[in-house]
Amino acid sequence: MNKLRKSSDRYLRIYDENIKRISENSAPFLNSFREDAIANFIKTGIPTRKNEAYRYTNMDAWFNHDYKNYFIPDESDFTKAEEFSCDVTDLDVYGLILFNGFYPTNNGKIRELPGSIQIGSLNEAAKVFGSTIEKHYGKYLNGNNDGLVHLNMAMAADGVFIYVPAGTTLKRPVQVVNLVQSDKDMFNQHRNLIIVEDNADFTLIICDHTLSPNKFLTNAVTEVFVGENAHFDIMRVQNEHNNACKISHTFIHQEKNSRVSSNNITLHGGLVRNNTYHYLGGEGAESNSYGLFLADKWQHVDNYVNVDHVFPNCKSNQLFKGVLDEMATGAFNGRIYVHKDAQGTVAYQKNNNILLTDDAKMDTKPQLEIYADDVKCSHGATVGRLNDDALFYMQSRGISKREALLMLMFGFAHEVIRNIKVEALQERMDSLVMQRLKGELSRCAICMVKCGNM
Amino acid sequence: MLIIKDLKAAIDGKTILKSISIEVKPGEIHAIMGPNGSGKSTLAAVIAGREFVEVTGGTVTYEGKNLLEMAPEDRSKEGIFLGFQYPTEIPGVSMVNFMKTAVNEHRKHKGLEPLSASEFLKIMREKKELVEIDSKLANRSVNEGFSGGEKKKNEIFQMSILEPKLAILDETDSGLDIDALRIVANGVNKLKRPDNATIVITHYQRLLDYIIPDVVHVLYDGRIVKTAGKELALELEAKGYDWIKKNVEKNELS
Repeated sequence: MNKLRKSSDRYLRIYDENIKRISENSAPFLNSFREDAIANFIKTGIPTRKNEAYRYTNMDAWFNHDYKNYFIPDESDFTKAEEFSCDVTDLDVYGLILFNGFYPTNNGKIRELPGSIQIGSLNEAAKVFGSTIEKHYGKYLNGNNDGLVHLNMAMAADGVFIYVPAGTTLKRPVQVVNLVQSDKDMFNQHRNLIIVEDNADFTLIICDHTLSPNKFLTNAVTEVFVGENAHFDIMRVQNEHNNACKISHTFIHQEKNSRVSSNNITLHGGLVRNNTYHYLGGEGAESNSYGLFLADKWQHVDNYVNVDHVFPNCKSNQLFKGVLDEMATGAFNGRIYVHKDAQGTVAYQKNNNILLTDDAKMDTKPQLEIYADDVKCSHGATVGRLNDDALFYMQSRGISKREALLMLMFGFAHEVIRNIKVEALQERMDSLVMQRLKGELSRCAICMVKCGNM
Repeated sequence: MLIIKDLKAAIDGKTILKSISIEVKPGEIHAIMGPNGSGKSTLAAVIAGREFVEVTGGTVTYEGKNLLEMAPEDRSKEGIFLGFQYPTEIPGVSMVNFMKTAVNEHRKHKGLEPLSASEFLKIMREKKELVEIDSKLANRSVNEGFSGGEKKKNEIFQMSILEPKLAILDETDSGLDIDALRIVANGVNKLKRPDNATIVITHYQRLLDYIIPDVVHVLYDGRIVKTAGKELALELEAKGYDWIKKNVEKNELS
């Protein structure tokens, strides 16, 4: 038996052993998807490098490991969640926490914000907002056949639910902080559902943190619905330790004339794989997908972006950048799929990477499939060193080589960071990136764990 | 101020400068002219400290110090400025941040306190007028998306802020229309002081209608083959570089 079968069998066994407990704790509606999902998982398994979409990322070592499973929340953990406070100054948000994938229900299960916006536990929402959930849950995967999405559907028991009613504008962003903590190596999954109805305007910040130095494997799925003329901004800041593997799948479905901006900043993590799917499902929709990662030691960061142009006159833009130091490796795969009827499509993609050492490695793959004829598409990818000419130009004005290098790298990173619209967060990212580049942060920033030399 | 003696230099093992000797005194403007490939830009690169040029012989002394031992940033802080033939685009680094960092490095070198943001912006405003540069350009990334003329004006703008003792302008006139040429030349003339010097490297005589040189050198095949006053530029314009080439060949035969 090869490794694929072995690791897949492991998770099938985990399903068999735990599904009864998971189901007892879950809303019947969430349970109604589980059997089909595990059947699909059996067919697909854990992705390996034989899957084209995972060609540059080897997850075997992360999946072939004995983890404690966190499928049922331990209520005593919820008090730990209360101890956490985000230290980004001047960040004015409605904050909520997911602890090992679960919404801490000790202070209520759903919270109402101005404009009748609901935020809280997905599991609870599946019980009390039946029709809303039924309309959207599992509807935006578009036949996705990633074994990890099936695995999530089969076993995830909670996550964040956000409902922004039509016409509602929320000026303050909502911040979801994902905390992962355990005294044993741990596997956890969660599932988010974000509904932004017609003409609404909503900003979401998601931060990933690990709070204990154990080995972690997190597999998260987020589905987002963005209605007609609605605006949705999502920023994700990933800051986990080097012994953590984070796999995120984000499906964003857009209706007519909606606008979406997604910004993914990976500051730290052992293995990070972000799958971002943009589905432009109505005329005049626009999506911007940005990403930045800084990796060193043996970290691996892989961004997979898929943009579906289904209707005419939609716009999309992808800008992903990476800085790789020491033995770090990275990958970018950007797919643009322009369907037959999507005339007037405008789609751009750019991926630029800087390798600071000979050992760092980056794989980048643009993938354009265009079936309409009136289309404006462009893509460009670079992997290289810092520009020697720019370096000399700066030195020739009196700037030291070290300072010039920093300014160049910072400038490179800032091209992505400047798209973060929440000012306090943008400033914080700038300063974290600068500190990281100066070597002042040798491991995850804002980390409360003294995890030694990981 | 600057004494170059029997300078020899090579790029990738190929000798480009065979023997260059020039002396520049404070208050002087020198023009170095010559056909394409004669070594003009290589000479500028040696003075500014580019690593890809290997100095194989001779000396360059700047204010009594061995220039060749100095790092490029130290040369700048000691008062040398190179106006690039092809100014580099630096995406993500704003002009303001770039020049502020440069100015404060210069000040630190002189033992001065760094400028505050408002003091610095005041200087930027003053100098912008001098070179008639569009205010918006200062808020953009260094040279990114600038037209050819804007890039050259930006070089003079930077020069006006850094106030060098010795400026080397490498083909600053190439690719400029007549208006931009006038602005660039005006900038240079306004910055001229009795204690600073300028070396203008050019292929054409037309820039020298605006910047009147004290000394003109003709560089050909890695050597200074003729040095004279400003009238030499006009003679070159009238007779062309073939005249120089023939003279050199004749001398070599005799």
